[in-house]
Amino acid sequence: MNGRRVGADFRVVARSYFRNPIALFFSLIFPIILIGLFGLIFSNAGGGAVTLPVVNADPGCPFDPVTHNTTTYCQEFLAALNSTHVVKVDVVSMPVAAFASWLGQKDYTVGLVIPPGFGENYTNRLPANVTVYSNPQDAASSGTVFGAVQGVVNGFNLRAAGGTAFLGFRTSNIGSPVYTYIDYLIPGLIGFSILTSPMFSMVDITSSYRKEGIFRQLSLTPLTRSEWLISRVLWYIALTFVTAGIMLGAGIELFGAHVTFTLGLLPFLVVGSFFFVSLGMLAGSIAKTPESAALIGNIITFPMMFLSGTFFQVSSMPPGLQEFAHLLPLYYVIDGMNQVLLFSNTTQALYDLAIVLVGSLIVFALAVRFFRWRDE
Amino acid sequence: MPTAIEVRGLVKRYGPLAAVDGIDFDVPTGTVFAFLGPNGAGKTTTTEILEGLRRRTEGSVRVLGLDPWSDGTALHRRIGVIPQDFRFFEKITPKEAVEYYRALFGTDVDPGKLLAQVELLDKVSARFDTLSGGQKQKLGLALALTNDPEICFLDEPTTGLDPHARRAIWAVIRALRREGRTVFLTTHYLEEAEILADHVAIIHHGRVIAAGTPNEIIRAHGRPARLRVEGSPELAAYLHATLGLTAFAEGGRIDVELGSARDALRVLNAIESSGLPWSAFETAQDTLEDVFVRLVGQMDDGALKSEAPT
Ligand SMILES: Nc1ncnc2c1ncn2[C@@H]1O[C@H](COP(=O)(O)OP(=O)(O)OP(=O)(O)O)[C@@H](O)[C@H]1O
Ligand SMILES: [Mg+2]
Repeated sequence: MNGRRVGADFRVVARSYFRNPIALFFSLIFPIILIGLFGLIFSNAGGGAVTLPVVNADPGCPFDPVTHNTTTYCQEFLAALNSTHVVKVDVVSMPVAAFASWLGQKDYTVGLVIPPGFGENYTNRLPANVTVYSNPQDAASSGTVFGAVQGVVNGFNLRAAGGTAFLGFRTSNIGSPVYTYIDYLIPGLIGFSILTSPMFSMVDITSSYRKEGIFRQLSLTPLTRSEWLISRVLWYIALTFVTAGIMLGAGIELFGAHVTFTLGLLPFLVVGSFFFVSLGMLAGSIAKTPESAALIGNIITFPMMFLSGTFFQVSSMPPGLQEFAHLLPLYYVIDGMNQVLLFSNTTQALYDLAIVLVGSLIVFALAVRFFRWRDE
Repeated sequence: MPTAIEVRGLVKRYGPLAAVDGIDFDVPTGTVFAFLGPNGAGKTTTTEILEGLRRRTEGSVRVLGLDPWSDGTALHRRIGVIPQDFRFFEKITPKEAVEYYRALFGTDVDPGKLLAQVELLDKVSARFDTLSGGQKQKLGLALALTNDPEICFLDEPTTGLDPHARRAIWAVIRALRREGRTVFLTTHYLEEAEILADHVAIIHHGRVIAAGTPNEIIRAHGRPARLRVEGSPELAAYLHATLGLTAFAEGGRIDVELGSARDALRVLNAIESSGLPWSAFETAQDTLEDVFVRLVGQMDDGALKSEAPT
């Protein structure tokens, strides 16, 4: 191992990278796009309230959404729904008969109808049924609305019966302080780029450099295969530091994530890059042609890209898939980052780190073993 | 004279094909050796075996006293190579490439000077993927020289170069020889081999069909020197009758085969004393190219005949 040679090769890698706009886009801009995209798509599932269109068919109590004036029971009912903070009432005026198709047209998956005579019946302790519209495909919103309406209905019934509530509950999220989807998304997406940026380009480079004779050219110099691989590992570690910084920055500044940077993150960036650079080179080395290399690379990369806790928490997946996820190296990288960034669970993090480190050493050794500068 | 490269009974088989089929040659230190042969003759295969890039099937090979395949690491510090199809990192400039090699070899060449020597100064800061074929070739030569090599292996270094650039490469090769380095060269330009090489080997179907200095090869395989004069068939008959030399007449020209340089004077005297009309004369000799074409052609005819159904 010679530092001067590794340094010289590192400079060549860095220059090639900075002069390639597509590579730059994928490592510097793409992470922000990803975090923005997933942050926007899934932010509802975490913190925000579900919008609930309501048709108030009880002429006895018009609702003023601006002043939130609660002088009648149906206004009180809607205000109580709003104060759950999980739904946000949006009163629309239209015939009840047209409501269902209107919801469909506007892509709402939930809706509520207050029936005629709701206020009067409640005053006189007579039955009155509100109707909840839902779309089974959006189980999350339906569940939220069912729960909220059920809770408010129970409260009204209890009050009408003159009772007092003595069982109650408070809410709290897992971890500390309060984490939302975006907080889990940040370690997931950092893991995503630790995986994808070295895998795609190392597989490609390893097979095409061999085809173009660039490896043969390098074999005529004192540069060794390990030095060549180490300089790529160093480059991808540097790149991952930048990408992780961008993700943390964008997550915190643009999407109000609660994670804070800790030094414990760095070993995962280092060892994770080490692992996937070596794996990419191994895949590129065992393939005979650039085409089959790309295929092998994709077969390795795609399952890991989705099933290791990148976009979705592994704990929310079906049990069979969870077991599969535990076979994927990226799972341990992302889980470890979750442990240090969110849960401060050092023991679990060290366990994850040890697994990735041992895996890296094995894959590195295999990559150097299978990687050939010259033909037989 | 010490030997830089020594090849004995070298064979390289790709499956059933013997690309190199038992060749022997020596390259003395400090000389230029040109390896010639038609496409697919086995030149690149041999060259790559000597460079330690390819494993031989049989035979023994010594380059600077080392086995190129098993002592590759030691050998590569002492040789410079331009592969036939030289490629490099696309986004890197010639100056950066030379600096890269300089750091890898730990030498202290001046990139500017080296690139000036191969006439690439105007492109020092152009990215490799924007260089022309000839400019890439020149960069390959510059890289082959960064480690101050004892032997330079140049596989078709001038293919695709314009005549001016080719002469620039010739100048570099001559300079290398003056500096006491050994040059192993393959080329399809026979006149280049004739001008530059101390020794030449012609290889065909993996076998050496002629070897020696260019003059030795021409003498051994070329037709006799000829004196050509413009004149009538009667003059040809007169020359043949008086001198006993073979003389062909065709289209107003006469070719008289010369046994020696002295014969030329006898022919000119006989022409003068014949009293027959004549004009412009010249002497003609086979070039290495004539010999090459004849030798390769003869072998291919032979091969075709022996394969033809009877
Ligand atoms: N890797 C390989 N596998 C199989 N056959 C090969 C391989 N490399 C070369 N050959 C064959 O070996 C023979 C010699 O090839 P080589 O490249 O040495 O020729 P060459 O003399 O350099 O020709 P050219 O003047 O066209 O460069 C050819 O018939 C070629 O098809
Ligand atoms: Mg060749």
